[in-house]
Order: sequence, then structure tokens, then C-alpha cells
Amino acid sequence: MPLDPAFIGRRYAPSRVYEVGREKIREFASAIGDESEVYRDPAAAQALGHPDVIAPPTFAIVISSEVGRQVVFDPELGLDYGRVVHGEQRFVHHRPIRAGDRLCGVLVVENIRAAAGNDILTTRVDVSTEDGELVTTAYSTLVARAAERS
Amino acid sequence: MTAAVRYDDVEVGTELPTASLPIARVDLVRYAGASGDFNTIHWNQRFAESVGLPNVIAHGMLTMAAAARVITDWAGDPGAVVEYGVRFTRPVVVPDDGTGATLQVSAAVGAKLPERRVRVDVTVTSAGDKVLSMARAVVQLG
Repeated sequence: MPLDPAFIGRRYAPSRVYEVGREKIREFASAIGDESEVYRDPAAAQALGHPDVIAPPTFAIVISSEVGRQVVFDPELGLDYGRVVHGEQRFVHHRPIRAGDRLCGVLVVENIRAAAGNDILTTRVDVSTEDGELVTTAYSTLVARAAERS
Repeated sequence: MTAAVRYDDVEVGTELPTASLPIARVDLVRYAGASGDFNTIHWNQRFAESVGLPNVIAHGMLTMAAAARVITDWAGDPGAVVEYGVRFTRPVVVPDDGTGATLQVSAAVGAKLPERRVRVDVTVTSAGDKVLSMARAVVQLG
């Protein structure tokens, strides 16, 4: 059954606070094969004008994908996760995420559509500090492939 | 958060240094742990094949992150990347053969934008296939 378009515009409750740690940024940078000092050495980051080490441009996925679980596993929506592939991803950074940030994500369902039997779900996660400063907006498109016909 | 590259020094078509980035199974394990994405298709060949994939495939987000390095290394400050988006078109298949896959990443300035920003268009191939499309970043230059 196609996904219910009535979910378009739905906004979920803010996530718990995610505290960005220096060691997590280092671990993530190592995992993407990037040895840059700006992800590891506060002095190197400060030399570029950042208050502390910053996170790589895709680090926000750690936060946004966890927040996204609210809709992916929302039993009311009924997305078949076994058929889901990641279609598109986009980040808009209002400023770099940095060590010491205490961030919350708010998930909004941007769009739901069907194409060639696939269900296509687009979400937006606004990642802000707990004080309300918008840091990053993450847009994700998930595609639930059409069930195989038997 | 401004790049070392100066806006006045680039034009549409300016090419960024390319990169050749190997991805082996161990890299998928490491990325799974660091990102929290433990989807079985990224580490279990038996499962990957059972859902119709040729083999274990890399996390799309790992490909996206690896490709970003061409931009951040060029810019000199990863904080200069103000926008970055991709469409995942083909999976990066990572066989357990001691070699894995190799991403070939190239990029060029696609447009000069207001406020000393540029759009950088990125091309990523693996085994000759384009694995991302519409891979674009907006970078704040100096």
C-alpha cells in the first residue's frame, strides 16, 4: 500500500540532546579516511577561526539519521525498511558543527510520493543548539523499492 | 570559516585536484561503527546477495563523505562547505578480495555565485560507473 500523503508536513517532537565530542569527531574523520588536523587539533581549528575542532561536512548524518528513525519506524506510516535505499542526501550548514555543541534535531516530513511503484519519502531535520541556534539542515530522500511481484 | 582559495582566482571550469580513494571491507566496518549505520547490506555478503545485490555495498554516506575530501582539501577549511548534496545512483560494490573498491573523484567549479561563493560539481566513479549524480557543493571562498 502506498505511504499516506497525510504525513506530509508532519513535525515530530525534538530529539534528545546530542553532545558533540572531540573524540567522536576524530573517530568519524578517521572512518572517512580524512587525517586533517582541523578535525583533531583545537589549535589547528582555531587557526582557521573556529572556536574548537569542527566536524566534517557529512557528520550531521550521525544526528539526522537517528532523528529520522522516528518516521522510518513510525508504525502508523508503515514504511517497509527492508526495501529502503538512500536516494538523496543534502546538508545546508549555517555554521560548522563543532566540539562542545549540544544539538537537538526536529524532523519534518517534507514530501511523500510514489513513482514506478516505489515509495519516495523526503524528510528535513533541523539541527539546532539547545539554545535554538540553527546549525545545519539535513534533507534525506529514502526510496522504498516496489515489492517484487510474485 | 573561509577557504584559503580566493574567489577571484577561480573561474567556471577550474578543476580541483583529483583523488583515488580505496574502500575495503574494513573501511565499511569502521564507518558503520563511527556513524551508527549497521545496515546488514554493508557487512554481510550472504544477506546482501539474498536481497539481490552482487555483494556487500559501501554506505552511500561513506562515498559522499570520501568525495567531500576533494573539496575540503582544496578549500583548506572544511567549514567553508556551506552546502553539499548528492543523489545516490549506483551502489559501490566492495568485494572481500583483499582489494575492495576504488573511488575516482574529480571536481570542477560549476558556477560562480554571489557573496564570493562557488558551486563545485563532483564526479565519483567506481569500476567505471558513475555512483553519484547531482553531487554539488557550495563553498565560501576568500
